[in-house]
Amino acid sequence: MTQPTLKTRFTVNGKPVEVTVPARMTLADCLRHQLRLTGTHLGCEHGVCGACTVIFNGDAVRACLMLAVQAEGAEIITVEGLSNDDALTPLQASFRKHGALQCGFCTPGMITTAHALLSEEPDADADRIRDVLSGNLCRCTGYIPIIEAVLDARAAYRKTRED
Amino acid sequence: MVTNRHIGSPVERVEDLRFLRGRGEYIDDVVKEGQLYAVVVRSQIAHGRIRSIDTKPALRMPGVHSIITSADLGSPVPTVTIRLQPMPSLIPFQQPVMAHGKVRYVGEPLALVLADSVAIAEDAAAAIEVEIDALPAITDRHASGRDETLLFEKHRSNQPVKYTAVLGDAIAAFRNAPYIRREQFRVNRHAAVPMEPRGLLAEWDESKGRLVLHGAAKVAFFNRRMLAEKLGLAEDKVDLVENDVGGGFGARGEFYPEDFLIPFAARRTGRPVKWTEDRRENLMATQHARDADCDIEIACDHDGTILGLRGHAWADVGAYIRTNGLVAPRNIAQFMSGPYRIPNINIDVAVQFTNKTPSGTYRGPGRFETDFFRERLFDLVASDLGIDRVEFRRRNLVSKAEMPYHIAKISPYEAETEYDSGNYASTLARCLKEFDWTKKSDVQGKLIGGRYHGIAVGCFIEGGAAGPKENARIVLEADGSATIYVGSSAIGQGLETVFSQIAADALEMPLDRVRIFHGSTTYLREGYGSYHSRAVVMGGSAILAAANALHQEIRNAAARRFVCEPADVAITDERVSGPRGQSLTFADLSADNISAEGSFANHHHTYSYGAHAAHVAVDPRTCHVQIVDYVAVEDVGRIINPLTLRGQVTGALVQGLGGAFLEHFIYDTNGQLLTTSFADYLMPSASDFPNIRVFLMEEEPSPINPLGAKGAGEGGIIPVGGVISNAVASALSSLGVQPHELPLSPSRLWHLIHDVKPS
Amino acid sequence: MKLPPFEYACPATVAEAVSLLASYPGEAKVIAGGQSLMPMMAFRLATPSLLVDLRKLKGLDRIDIGKDGIHIGAKVRWRDILDSEVLRKAHPLLVAAIGHVAHYQIRNRGTVGGSLAHADPAAEMPGIAVACEALIFITGKAGSRVLRAQDFFLGALTTALQPDELITEIRLPLWPPSRRWGFEEFARRRGDFALAAVAVFYDEDGLGRAKDVHIGVIGAANRSLRIKEAETLLNGRAVTEALIVEAGRIVSAAVDPPDDIHASAAYRRALAGTLTERALLGAGGGAR
Repeated sequence: MTQPTLKTRFTVNGKPVEVTVPARMTLADCLRHQLRLTGTHLGCEHGVCGACTVIFNGDAVRACLMLAVQAEGAEIITVEGLSNDDALTPLQASFRKHGALQCGFCTPGMITTAHALLSEEPDADADRIRDVLSGNLCRCTGYIPIIEAVLDARAAYRKTRED
Repeated sequence: MVTNRHIGSPVERVEDLRFLRGRGEYIDDVVKEGQLYAVVVRSQIAHGRIRSIDTKPALRMPGVHSIITSADLGSPVPTVTIRLQPMPSLIPFQQPVMAHGKVRYVGEPLALVLADSVAIAEDAAAAIEVEIDALPAITDRHASGRDETLLFEKHRSNQPVKYTAVLGDAIAAFRNAPYIRREQFRVNRHAAVPMEPRGLLAEWDESKGRLVLHGAAKVAFFNRRMLAEKLGLAEDKVDLVENDVGGGFGARGEFYPEDFLIPFAARRTGRPVKWTEDRRENLMATQHARDADCDIEIACDHDGTILGLRGHAWADVGAYIRTNGLVAPRNIAQFMSGPYRIPNINIDVAVQFTNKTPSGTYRGPGRFETDFFRERLFDLVASDLGIDRVEFRRRNLVSKAEMPYHIAKISPYEAETEYDSGNYASTLARCLKEFDWTKKSDVQGKLIGGRYHGIAVGCFIEGGAAGPKENARIVLEADGSATIYVGSSAIGQGLETVFSQIAADALEMPLDRVRIFHGSTTYLREGYGSYHSRAVVMGGSAILAAANALHQEIRNAAARRFVCEPADVAITDERVSGPRGQSLTFADLSADNISAEGSFANHHHTYSYGAHAAHVAVDPRTCHVQIVDYVAVEDVGRIINPLTLRGQVTGALVQGLGGAFLEHFIYDTNGQLLTTSFADYLMPSASDFPNIRVFLMEEEPSPINPLGAKGAGEGGIIPVGGVISNAVASALSSLGVQPHELPLSPSRLWHLIHDVKPS
Repeated sequence: MKLPPFEYACPATVAEAVSLLASYPGEAKVIAGGQSLMPMMAFRLATPSLLVDLRKLKGLDRIDIGKDGIHIGAKVRWRDILDSEVLRKAHPLLVAAIGHVAHYQIRNRGTVGGSLAHADPAAEMPGIAVACEALIFITGKAGSRVLRAQDFFLGALTTALQPDELITEIRLPLWPPSRRWGFEEFARRRGDFALAAVAVFYDEDGLGRAKDVHIGVIGAANRSLRIKEAETLLNGRAVTEALIVEAGRIVSAAVDPPDDIHASAAYRRALAGTLTERALLGAGGGAR
C-alpha cells in the first residue's frame, strides 16, 4: 500500500521541529534519518539493548519502541542535546576519565540514561545505578568503568540540584 | 628503545571527544545522495535444494528498484576466499556469495532486494516466494561425523580437515604412566555479537571505473584485494574506507557474502547502495564461534608432574569454512597445553560441517575452549591425586628459565611456535595474593547463608602480534605537526590514542601535535589490519620505524639548509639545530614535503600471560551463581596505556562470563536457530557481574619488537570458562556436581545436582 | 527490522477508540506504551492493519483508593506505580512485584492495560491480578463489562478480550495494613521475564492462624494460577516451617510449566516450589 504520511510536531534539544513521516517510522529512525541526529544508535530495534535511549518529557525511553507520531507535542532530548562544542559536560568528562567507553556505540544511550537518572536521583548508589543501567547493553567495557563514571558524576548533579 | 613520556600513562582517549557527543560516524550514519537500500533475503530452511525463487510479486511493489539473485552473479558464483591457513583442498568449502543450487544454513543469502527504503525492501523481501526441497538437517557434530547426509555431495565427508598437534612421544608417555584420566567436555556455540550490527555502503563511479566501499574494518587491505579480484577490477580501482566501528572482537571486518553483494549491486545499478544488518540477521548471519567438544586424556606421575596429554576434539564450524574459520580448531589443538610444561602431546581436532551459521574467530579463538578443557581436567586430576590445585599448577608451569619455550607443532600447515618470554609463576603468585586465596580457602565448599561457596584459579597465555607485517607513513604538516597513517584498524580499542602515545614519544612531540589516521586503504599502499591482538606490536612498531625514518628525513632536510652532515643535526622539541648554532622549527622545514614510511615485519608471536581466580556462591535451589570476587592478573610486556588496557581486560572478562553463563546459540533438530533476538540470546548486563578486579603487570617485556610490548586484547576472556566452572564444581563438590559443558545455566546446574537428564 | 505497514488512528475518546477497533474486525490493535507490541511488530509477528493509539484518551491514568477497591487506570505506567507513595502503603505487594518489571526505560512507557491485554504467562501484572482476585473493566461495542482476572486470562498471550474491546481499569481489593505478604521472583538476569515468580498473602486471626490465604504462581504454566490446594493446606493453621515446605511441594506438583531454551520444565517446577517457600518465609511464616 502507499504509505500515508503524517505531520508531527515536537521539540528536540530545545528546538521545535515538524516532520512528515509514515506512521510506521519509529522515533529512532525519525531522529536519525529525518533530523540527521545520528547520535541515537540502533543496536537491536526490539527494545532490549538501550542504544537508542532518548529523554522524552523527562523520562528515559527506548526510541526504537516509539512511533515518531507518538512524539506529538513532546520534549525530546538526545545525546546531542546533552553536549556542547566547548567542553565535555561533567558526566561526559567522568566517562572519559574512567575509560567508560571503547567503541562508543552504546555510549549515547548510557549518557542519556545516566543523565535522566542522576537528574532525578543524584544520590543514587552503585546498586541503583547498576539496576537502572541493566537496560543498556555494552559489549566492550564490562560495565565496571561505566558504573564508576556515573558514581563520580553525581557530585555535579547534586550541585545542580542545590543551585 | 623508546622512552616513556606518554607511553605508560593513562592518557584519556582522543576518540572519546566525538563518541561522548554522539558524533561518531558509524556506517549507518553515512548517507550518499541517491542511495538505494538493500535487504538480504535469507533462507528459512537449514538444508535443501533450491527449486525456485519467485520475485515477481515483490518487483511489482512500489518503491522496489530491482532484485538480484544468483543467476545475476555470473558462473561460477564467486566464493569467499579463506584468508588464514588456506589450502587448495579447502576451496570447495568456501561460501558462495549467494546460495545457488543448495542452501546449507538458516540465514544463508538467497537474494538481494534494492528499494527506496529499508522498510519497503523488507516488505518486498517478505513477498518473495522461495521453494526449497528440504534435506535432513545436520545439527550436531556426531550426525555430521556419520557422513550419512553430506553438505557437499561431491565430497565423501563432512570433515574437510583435521589438525594434529604433536610434541614428544605421547604413546610412550602413556604406556607406563602411573596415573591416567580421561574426560569429555563441551563448549557452547556463542559469538562476538558487537553492539553495532554490520553495514556497508558501496559507491561505483562508472566514468572512472572506481569502487569505494564504506564500512570496512579489521583487514581492509586483504578484503580490498579479494573484492577487486572477484569484481574483475584492478586493486587500485577499489578503496575500502573505515568509519567508526562499534566493536569487532574478531567477527566484524572479515569478508562476508554481503561484502561482495553490495558492491556488485552498486556497480549494476549505478547508484550508491547501502545495507545495514538488523540484530536478528546479526545473530543469524555474522559468524558464530566456540562450538567444540573434546575427549582427552592426561597422564601424570604420582606427584602431579604431567607426563602427557592426548586425545581428540571436534569443532563444529557450521556450513562453510569462513575466511578465518580454521583458526579456532587449530588453536584448540596447538594451545591446549597453555602455559604448562607438557612434554608429550598428541591432540587432533576435526573440523566438522553442520547446517548452522558458518563460524570464525571470536576473541581468543579456540583458546577459550581449550583452556576450559584443560583446566577442568586439571582440577579433577588434582583431586584424584590428593594434590592441592594451586600446587599442581605451580609444579607444571613453564618456568622463566625455559624461555623461549617450544610448544606442540601443528600440521597441516607445519607451523611451529614458541613462547617468547614470561614468568608464569609470578602472575600466579600475584593473583593468589590479590585474591587472598589462603583466606578464601576457609569458605571452600561450605554452605553459608543458603549458598555453597567455591574458589578456583587458572593460568593462561594469550598469543598476539601476528605477522607478517604492518606499515605506517608519517607526513610533516605545514605547521610542523605530524600526521600518521597506519594500516591497523580501529575497532573500539582506543587505537588513535595508543598510537598517538607511541608516535609522540618516538617523535618527541606533544600528544596534541600528532594525528592518527587508520584502516582505510586510501591511506597506504599496503596494510594488514587489526586481528590476533597485533595492533600495538605491529602497528606501533611500524610507527616507530616510520618515526625513525622521519627523523632521518628531517635531519637530511636540515643538513641541506645548514650545509652540514645530517649526523651533525640535533633534534629537540620540534626544532633542529646545526653545528654552528643554526636553528629551525619543524614547520620551517615542512616546505620540503617531508614524509617517511616504516614497517615492521614479524614472524614470531608474542605471548601475554596471567592467571585468574574466582570466588562463587551457588544457590543450590535456584542454581543462581553469584560471583563474589573475580581477580584477573595479566603481564603484557609493556603497558602503553593502563586505562585502555584495563578496559580491554575487563571487557573481555565479562564477555567470557557471558559465554560461561548466558550466551548460547541454540538450534532445533530442523536446524532452525531459536535464539534470534536479545530476549533469547542473553548478553551480560550491568547488574550481572559487578565484582571484578584487574591487575596489570609488565615484568617481562617481549624480546621480539622494539616496544617490548605484547598483544593484550584477548587474555581477559581466555581462562574464564575454566576458572568459573572449576569454582562452581568446587562449591558443589559435596553434592558431587562436575560440570562438563557450558553454559552453566541455572537449569543445567539444577539437573547436575539432581542427576536428572533434561528432556 | 522495520515495522510492517499499517493505518494509524489517534482517537480522542474511548468510544471513538472502540468504534475504530470495531471497524477493522480482528485486524486492529491498540497501542499505548507499545513496549510489548512494538517488538512483536518489529519481528513481524504482529501485523495489524490498523493501530489505535490511546495517547490522547483522558482519564485512564488515575490511581484512586476508593471504598470498593484500588482503582488503577489502564494507562497507568509502571513508573507511576513505583513512584506512588499512596500505593506503597495501599498495596505493597503490587509495588514489590512491579519493581521486577523489565528495565528503567520500559517502566517509563509500559502500561498496566498493555500488560494485562498482552497476557504473557511470565509477566508480573497478570500474576498479581490473578493472585489478588482483581476485577478487569472492559469497554467494547456492546458496552462495558467486568471480568474477574481468573476468567480474563485464558492461556499464553490469550485473553477474553474481544477484538473491539479495550481495558479501561483494573480494580484490586483493598489491602489491610496488617496483612502478611511475600513476593519472590527468579529470572536469569535483572529484568528478564521470570522463570517463575510467586506472590503470597494471608491475614491472621486472633490466634495467629492464617486465613484467606492466596498463593499465585507466575510463569509456571500457560497463565498465572492460584494454587488452591496449597492455600487450603494453610488456611486455619499457623504457618510453620513444616507447612511451608509442604506448601512448596504442593505447588511444585500442581504447576505445569513449559520446557524451553531457557529452562526445563523440571527446573521450573522445582523453582516454583522453592519460591513458594521463600515467599511464605518472607511473609513472616515459619517463625514458630
